[in-house]
Amino acid sequence: MPINKDIKKVMVIGSGPIIIGQAAEFDYAGTQACRALKEEGLEVVLVNSNPATIMTDKSMADHIYIEPLTTKTIERIIDIEKPNSLLSTLGGQTGLTLSMQLAKSGFLESRGVRLLGANPQTIDKAEDRKMFKETMEKIGQPCIPSKVVENIDDAMDFLEDIGLPVIIRPAFTLGGTGGGIAETKEEFYNIAVNGLRLSPITQILVEKCISGWKEIEFEVIRDSKSNVITVCSMENLDPVGVHTGDSIVIAPAVTLSDREYQILRTASIDIISELKVEGGCNCQFALNPESFEYAVIEVNPRVSRSSALASKATGYPIAKVATKIAIGYSLDEIVNQVTGNTYACFEPAIDYVVIKFPKWPFDKFVYAKRTLGTQMKATGEVMSIAPSFEQAMMKSVRGIELGLDTMTLQEFEDLSDEQVLNSLGIIDDRRIFMVYQAVKRGIPFETIHNITMIDEWFLAKLKNLADMETKLINSKLNDDLYIKAKKMGFLDSTIERLSGKKICKKAKAAFKMVDTCAAEFAATTPYFYSTYDEENEAAEFIKNNNTNKQNVIVFGSGPIRIGQGIEFDYCSVHCVWALKRLGYEAIICNNNPETVSTDFDTGDRLYFDPVQFEDVKNIIETEKPIGVVVQFGGQTAIKLTKKLSEMGVNILGTSADSIDAAEDRERFDELLEKCNIKRPKGDTVFTDKEAIEVANKLGYPVLLRPSYVLGGQNMIIAHSDKDIIEYMEIIMQNNIENPVLVDKYMMGVEVEVDAICDGEDFLIPGIMEHIERAGVHSGDSISVYPSQNLSNRIKNIIVDYTKRLALSLDVRGLLNIQYVVYNDEVYVIEVNPRSSRTVPYISKVTGVPMVELATRVMFGQKLKDMGYGTGLYPSGDYVAVKVPVFSFEKLHDVDTHLGPEMKSTGEVLGIAKSFEEALLKGLIAAGYQMNNQGSKGVLITVKDADKIEAINLAEKFKSLGFTIYATPKTAALLNKNMIPCNVVQKIHEGENNTLQLIESGKVDYVISTSTKGRLPARDSVKIRRKTVELSIPCLTSIDTANALIDSMAIGQTICDVEMVDITSLNPNLLDTEDYLKRKEYDYSILSGYKQVNGYKNKKL
Amino acid sequence: MEQNTDAIARLILSDGTEFRGLSLGSEGTVIGEVVFTTGMTGYLETLTDPSYYGQIVTQTFPLIGNYGVNEDDKESKKAWLSGYIVRECCEEPSNFRSRGKLSDWLKYQGVVAIKGIDTRSLTKKIRETGVMNGAITTEKNIDKAALLKDIRNFTIKNAVKTTSTAQIKNYADGPLESLKATLPSNAPCNFNFKICLMDFGAKRNIARSLIRRGCELLVVPYNTTATEIEKLSPDGIMLSNGPGDPMENKDIIENLKEIGKLNIPIFGICLGHQLLALANGAKTEKLKYGHRGANQPVVDVLLDRTLVTTQNHGYAVVADSIKDDVGYISHYNANDGTCEGIAYKNIPAFTVQFHPEAWAGPLDTDYLFDRFFRLIKDNKNGERRV
Repeated sequence: MPINKDIKKVMVIGSGPIIIGQAAEFDYAGTQACRALKEEGLEVVLVNSNPATIMTDKSMADHIYIEPLTTKTIERIIDIEKPNSLLSTLGGQTGLTLSMQLAKSGFLESRGVRLLGANPQTIDKAEDRKMFKETMEKIGQPCIPSKVVENIDDAMDFLEDIGLPVIIRPAFTLGGTGGGIAETKEEFYNIAVNGLRLSPITQILVEKCISGWKEIEFEVIRDSKSNVITVCSMENLDPVGVHTGDSIVIAPAVTLSDREYQILRTASIDIISELKVEGGCNCQFALNPESFEYAVIEVNPRVSRSSALASKATGYPIAKVATKIAIGYSLDEIVNQVTGNTYACFEPAIDYVVIKFPKWPFDKFVYAKRTLGTQMKATGEVMSIAPSFEQAMMKSVRGIELGLDTMTLQEFEDLSDEQVLNSLGIIDDRRIFMVYQAVKRGIPFETIHNITMIDEWFLAKLKNLADMETKLINSKLNDDLYIKAKKMGFLDSTIERLSGKKICKKAKAAFKMVDTCAAEFAATTPYFYSTYDEENEAAEFIKNNNTNKQNVIVFGSGPIRIGQGIEFDYCSVHCVWALKRLGYEAIICNNNPETVSTDFDTGDRLYFDPVQFEDVKNIIETEKPIGVVVQFGGQTAIKLTKKLSEMGVNILGTSADSIDAAEDRERFDELLEKCNIKRPKGDTVFTDKEAIEVANKLGYPVLLRPSYVLGGQNMIIAHSDKDIIEYMEIIMQNNIENPVLVDKYMMGVEVEVDAICDGEDFLIPGIMEHIERAGVHSGDSISVYPSQNLSNRIKNIIVDYTKRLALSLDVRGLLNIQYVVYNDEVYVIEVNPRSSRTVPYISKVTGVPMVELATRVMFGQKLKDMGYGTGLYPSGDYVAVKVPVFSFEKLHDVDTHLGPEMKSTGEVLGIAKSFEEALLKGLIAAGYQMNNQGSKGVLITVKDADKIEAINLAEKFKSLGFTIYATPKTAALLNKNMIPCNVVQKIHEGENNTLQLIESGKVDYVISTSTKGRLPARDSVKIRRKTVELSIPCLTSIDTANALIDSMAIGQTICDVEMVDITSLNPNLLDTEDYLKRKEYDYSILSGYKQVNGYKNKKL
Repeated sequence: MEQNTDAIARLILSDGTEFRGLSLGSEGTVIGEVVFTTGMTGYLETLTDPSYYGQIVTQTFPLIGNYGVNEDDKESKKAWLSGYIVRECCEEPSNFRSRGKLSDWLKYQGVVAIKGIDTRSLTKKIRETGVMNGAITTEKNIDKAALLKDIRNFTIKNAVKTTSTAQIKNYADGPLESLKATLPSNAPCNFNFKICLMDFGAKRNIARSLIRRGCELLVVPYNTTATEIEKLSPDGIMLSNGPGDPMENKDIIENLKEIGKLNIPIFGICLGHQLLALANGAKTEKLKYGHRGANQPVVDVLLDRTLVTTQNHGYAVVADSIKDDVGYISHYNANDGTCEGIAYKNIPAFTVQFHPEAWAGPLDTDYLFDRFFRLIKDNKNGERRV
C-alpha cells in the first residue's frame, strides 16, 4: 500500500529528558522519523521537552514545541496546530503512554486525530500484565508461570503447580521490599508470609524463577499487509536476571543452533502478528539452556534501545522503516537504502559480531549500590563491531572509557583464588572482569558457569583473551603472535606494555563495510569498522567515490554518561552538517549506538570504532584528513588532542596548546594574570596533608577536585579537615595521576557563557544565570537565559572577560566559561575551549547556529562576515529556563543532595514570555508536581548556614497555605520568627520522626540541605532517599526551593501559559538544512564566504 | 582455543587467486565450485545438504561451530559438499545438544576445509566475478599449474545419481521422533495421504515435514518411472531438492513429462521445481552467484505477501520461458525478480525454488505443504485450484 493520502500533518512526541532507561536512542529514532515524514512532504509538529536533541532542530520539523510532556500540553498543542495524525511509537515509553492516554480519553477522536503506529488495544495487550498473559496463551506462547495470590494457602498451592525455585514479589512495596527468591519450600513459606504482611493490599506475585536462562531478543517489523521480518537477534551474555540495558549483549545470538533460533524467531513473528503491531517491536525471551523450553519475558510494541542497537548492528534503519509503515507503506515498497536496489522486506545477514557494553555511573557515584538486577542502572552504552568476539570485546572494553586496555582489573589481580571464586556470585558492573579474572586463573568453566550461569561459549572466548594476555607477557613476541594478538583486538601499546618489546613493523588496520547483506550485494553504505585483514574496503570506497573534496574527521563523544550527554552528539552532528555545507567530506568516528551521529547517513563516512588514540590513528591513516575536529566530542575527543597533535595531525580550531593552557592549572593561572582576571584563590596538591594545609590557609569552605575531569567528577565542597580526609581518599582510589585542586569556595551567583571566537572577534549568543548559587554543578543548576538579575556593569565585565580569555587563548571555535559573581565582583571558575552542555539550547533559543559558526571559524572565516555580529548578541523576547532531571530512583544509595559533582542525567527547557512562566514550564517538564490545591505540607530541615534564609522560604510556603514541619533546631528558629510549624524528631530520636512523616503522605515537598558527608547511613541522606522512593520532590538548595515556591505563587498552571513554537522565535533566520537546499549558496569558503540574500538580511 | 594442528591450507581459485589459511578438516586436495551462503545459523544443515554436492561452501558468518555437532540437525547421513571454508571455527562449542566439535566431525567425514581466511573478501570476489571453481589443498608441494588446470576443467557430474537413494524406503533415513518437540505446534497433522517423494538428493526435512502432518511416505529413487509410481498409487508426488545443473538430467526430465500425465498432484522444491519446469518446456539458466542463505525475500503472488525463505540454488527457471497455457509465476524473488515458484495450469502441480521445509532457516513458507494437501483434496474432488 502506498502512502495514505489522508495523512497530512503529523505530530511526533519525543521521549523527553535523558534518564536512565530512556536515553539518546529516542533522539535517533525521532530524528529518523521526522526525516522520513518530511521526505514524504508531510507537515511535522514535534513536541519534546528536551532541548539537547537533534529532533528539536528546526530542520527536523515544521513546528517545534519544547514544552512539558503532559497530556494537557499535548492537548493544547493539538488544538493550536490541528494535526490530523499522531505518531505514537517513536518517543519511547513517554511518547507511547501519552499517546495512549490521549486516545483512551477520546481526545484524539474528538479532534479528528488519527493514531499512527499503534492502537490502544495493541498496547494494552503488550503492557497490561493480565491481558499480555491471556494473549500469549491464546497463541500458544509460553509466559513465565506466575500468579497473584492473597493468602499463604493459595501461594502454597501454586507452588505445587510450578515447582521451585520461585520469585516472590509483594505488590506495592517500594523497590521490591519483602520479595525474594526461594530455593526451598521453607524459604518460600517465610518469604511469602512476610511479603503478604508487607504488602499494603496483602498481595504477592508468585513467579517461576528462570534466572540463569539465556536471554534472547528479537527485533521484528510488521506492516499492514502482514509482512513480517526479523531484523536482528541478540543474546545477552548475562543470563536472565540482569536488565537487558545492563547486560553485555552480542548480536547475532551466538550460542543458539538453528532450531532454537527458529523457534524464537517464529515465536516473535507469531507475537507481532497477534498484536497486529504496524511498525517495530521488540520481543524478549528466556531460553532454558538445557532444553528447547522458553518463555516470553516482555514485548515492547515500539522502537526501543534494542531497536537502535539492532539498527546500528545491521545497518537496517528500523525507526525510519517503522515510520514509513505507520503512514501506509508496506515493507516491500520501502527501498533498502543500504543496497539502493533491494527492499526493506528482507532480513539482514551480517558477517561480523557486535557487542554492546553498558556504561554505568558508579565511577561517579561511589556510594551507589553497584549490584545489577531488574532495574536498569546504565546511563549509556558503547557498541563494537569485529569479525571475532575477542576483538569486539577488546574494542568495547577500551571504548567504555574506564582506562582499561585489557579485561584485567588491577585490583582483582591481588585477590586470592578463593576471593575471586566467592566474588563471582556478585552480579554487579564489574562481574565480567571478575569472570575474566577467574578464567585467567584457570578456574574450570564448569565452576564459573555454575555460579554465574554465563554460557561456557563466552567463558571460552574470554579464556582466549586471557591466554593471549598471559602469552604476551611470558613468551617471545614474534610476527605470528603479534598478528594473532592484533586480530584479538590488542592495541600496539598494550602489546608493547605486556611484552616489554617495541614493535618495529606495526600491522595496518583494514576497514570492512556494514552492508546488511554479508557482501551478497554490492552496497554503498559508507559505514565501516576496523579489523586486521588485507582488504581495506574503506580505502576502496574512498577511491571509487572520489569527490575531489578534502576530508575532515569529527570525533564523537562516546558513551553517554553523567556529565557528557546527548548535547555533544548534537554538536558533533551539527559540525558534520556544517562541514558538508562547506564542501568537505565529513567523517564521523564514534562508538555510541544510541546516537544520530552514528546513523550511517549523517556523515559522508562513519567509522564505528572506539574514540581512542590507536583506533583513531588507524582511521586517520586511511582517510588522510586535512584536519580533525575535537571540540565537539566532549572530554572523550578533547583527550585525543595532545597525542594527535604530537603525531602531526592538524587539530582544526583551537590548538592543542590552547586546550592545555586552559586545563593545566599553572598555565591557566598565568593566563588569568595576563588577562588581569581574578579567580577564587587556590592551589594544587597531591596528598591529603597538603590539601589540609592549603584549605586552612584559604579558610573553609573549600572546593576540592581532581584536574582533568568532566562533569565535576569527585568534586566536593569541604567544610572541615575531616571532609578533606574522606574525599581525598576517594579521589586517590581512582588512580588519579594529575594533581588535586583546592580552591576557596565563593557562594555567589553563578553565570555561564558560551562564546565563539575567530581569533579576532568573538560572539556571545547569550549569558546564562544559574538559580542556585555557586557550589551546585552547572549541569545540575537551573539555568536562565537571558540573565535576570545581573546589572549592566556586571554583564559588561563578563563580556569583556570573555573577550580577553577567548583572544588570549586564541580560541578558534567554541568556548564555555563559568563565572561567579561574588560581592559585585566577577571571578572566573572554569574555562573550557570546547563545546558545552548549553550549546544546543542556546542555539535554539537565540537562533544563533553556534556549531555552524564555530565550524566555519575553524576554516578561517570571520565572525564579522557571518551576519550575526560580534560581542554580545541581543537577547530576544522569550525567557528560557533549563531545569536538570535526575535518575535517582534508579540509583540506590546515591545522595540526592546537589553539589559540585554533577548528578543529573538530562535536562528540560521551559520557554515563555516571562521568567516565572518559563520556570513553571521547566519545573513541570522536569516532573515536579506543582501542588497548589487542598491540604498540603512541607518539611524543612536545613543546615545551620541556611537557617536564616529558611525563614523567608517558610514564610512563602506558609502564605500559600502549606503546613510547615521542621526538625527541632529549624523549628525553633521559625517559631521565634512567628512562623507556626510542627516539630519533627530526627530519625534516631524515635517516634514522630522525619521518615515517618514523609511516609505518612502529609508532606508534598521536602527541603533538606544538610551536606555532612555522602554516606548512605546519614540521616539527611536517608530522608532524601526516602523522598525518592515516594516520588516526593526534595530540594537540596534554598535557591531551588525559592524558585519553586515563587513559581507556584504566580498562581498559574500549565494551562495558563502560552505554548511556544520555537520555529517562530527567530522567523527571519534560515534553518540550517535550508542552506543545503539553496543552490545559489556559494560554498567557496576560503574566498570570504560569499553571502546570499536572506542570510545576510536577517534581523539581529 | 588454538588448534594444535596449525597446518597450512590454501584456497586456490580458477583465476589463480590464493587465500592462505589453516587446515580445519581432513588433509588432501579437493576441487569444487566455490559458493557462499549467508545463513548465520545452521552450518550442520548446510554441511549435510545434498544440494551442495560438488561445491566448496563458504560461510559468510565468521563464527562457525559455536553449538557443536549433533545428530538431529543433519539433513542427510553425511557431508556431501567437496570443501568447506570458514573464518573461525569454534573449538569450545556450547549447547545442550552438542555431541562434539565441528572440526573433529569434518575430519571424521573426510571434508577438506580451511579456516582463518578473509571470507568477506572471498565473498565479494564471487559476487563480482560470479561463481568459480576452486580447490582447497593442505599439500605443501602441490603443482599449482596442474592443479589450476584441474580446477578449470572441473564440472559437477552425476550429482543426482550420487545423492539419491538407491531403493524405495518408506521413511526418511534420519531420526524423527526426537525432533517433534521442536516443530511448530500450530500446524495441522491429520493428513493421511500417501506421498511419493522422488529423491534427487533430498533433505531430510522434506520427509519430516510430510510425516509430521500424518502422511505415509515413500521415498523413491530419482529414476523411478511413471509406471512404477502409478503402481504405488500415491495421493501426491513430491519432487525433492538436489544438486547440480538441472539440464543435465535429461532422463529425469523425460520421465517427469510422463509423471505429469498421471493426474497426481505434484509439489516440487528447488531442483524438483527446475526439473518439472524443464519437463514443461521452460528453460533454466545459471545465476551469477546463486541464492544461498536464510534471508531471501520471496513474494507469494497469491497471498500478496513477502516471505523470508531459505535458499540454496545456483540455477533458476527463466521467468518468461514459462508458457501461458502451462502455468504462471506464483513466487518471485523480491531482490532480483527471478522466478521462485510456478503454479501449473496444465497439470495439478506447483513448485517453488526455495525451501519451505526450512532447516536451516525460517519456517515462514511452511504453509505450502498445506497448500499441497489442499491441492490433493481438490484434485480428488475433481476441482483444481492452486
